[in-house]
Amino acid sequence: MEKLRRTMLFMPGNNPGMLQDAAILGADSIILDLEDAVSLTEKDSARILVREAIKTIDYSQVEVVVRVNPLDTEFGQPDVDMIARVKPDTLLIPKANEEEIKLVDKLLDKIEKEEGYPLGCIKIIALIETALGLENVYNVIQASSRTVGVLLGGEDLTADLGIERTKEGEEIFYARNKVATVCRALKVDAIDTPFTDTNDYEGLEKDTAKAKGLGLTGKSAINPRQIETIHFVFAPTEDELKRALRILDAMEEAEKEGKGCCSLDGKMIDAPVINRAACTVDQGIRLGLISGEGGAR
Amino acid sequence: MSNVKITKVAKAGTLESNDILIMVKPNEFGKTELELESIVMQQFGEVIEQVILHKVQEMGIEGISIKAQDKGALDYTIAARVETAISRAI
Repeated sequence: MEKLRRTMLFMPGNNPGMLQDAAILGADSIILDLEDAVSLTEKDSARILVREAIKTIDYSQVEVVVRVNPLDTEFGQPDVDMIARVKPDTLLIPKANEEEIKLVDKLLDKIEKEEGYPLGCIKIIALIETALGLENVYNVIQASSRTVGVLLGGEDLTADLGIERTKEGEEIFYARNKVATVCRALKVDAIDTPFTDTNDYEGLEKDTAKAKGLGLTGKSAINPRQIETIHFVFAPTEDELKRALRILDAMEEAEKEGKGCCSLDGKMIDAPVINRAACTVDQGIRLGLISGEGGAR
Repeated sequence: MSNVKITKVAKAGTLESNDILIMVKPNEFGKTELELESIVMQQFGEVIEQVILHKVQEMGIEGISIKAQDKGALDYTIAARVETAISRAI
């Protein structure tokens, strides 16, 4: 079963203490950051430190994602070349466009071959944070079969659009919709932009609920204190799980009786309702809220 | 890699907790000299020295003076900072 990406926690790549603690903070994925969190004079240092951390620290309980520098800078390709050789789970590619994803895919093919890793074992998440990347997100994802998700970068996107970034986030409504829809269509994860006020938990909960309501499947975090709130929002409630299980039971009964459709509590159960119920149950199983047989724990 | 020379003074790391500040410079007698300060000198001083000297040897460096100020760095950090300092000095 695939691992969930409800939370992706950014950790600065040049901070040994944070790299050591990253695995135990409760996030589904950790993003070891070589880009914005590292000053230009320390790029070489962070790259080596992150490589050594991946080689040494037990990150087996989390997905290890490394955000490399943009491929059009002098740091991007050396980042990919050094980090891919210690086999992180995933690379996060900033300011992603089609060409960059294709280039990373090609570099990874070469490195995996040289290192004797299974071809395609290192995945890619595209960081969509430009207007061009957003409008082209379908092709960006399609540019490599390694792509398992998209992370929406709200701060850089609004800067590129020349608009103000607000706490309410109305300015990224379209971007969230677009990313969520395309990701759903291509069956990859859609990860929301971080909520930058790390002391506003109420705001974080609202912002996360808004993203979930639009179809995003996870959210990035910039502080470990944000993880619990995000997980709370993304977990199905007990009532949602019970109803989903009842829907699937009702459908099973109907199938046994040779009926094409059925109803529950006076409401018609059709394919979209069943699909949604199946997704909820699947998430419940993955979160350990219900057992694999469908029974509540 | 063998017989790589240190040509200039270079530093890597910080004095923050869990980190180590490494300064390297050419050693005019062609020797490897290490001066170590650590907040855990009594417990781990020897191990830290071994990690530093192992990395120097692995990189094939000769003629190097190293000053290390440790603030509780784990081995992976020590190795990374030594490698960075040397890379910057050759």
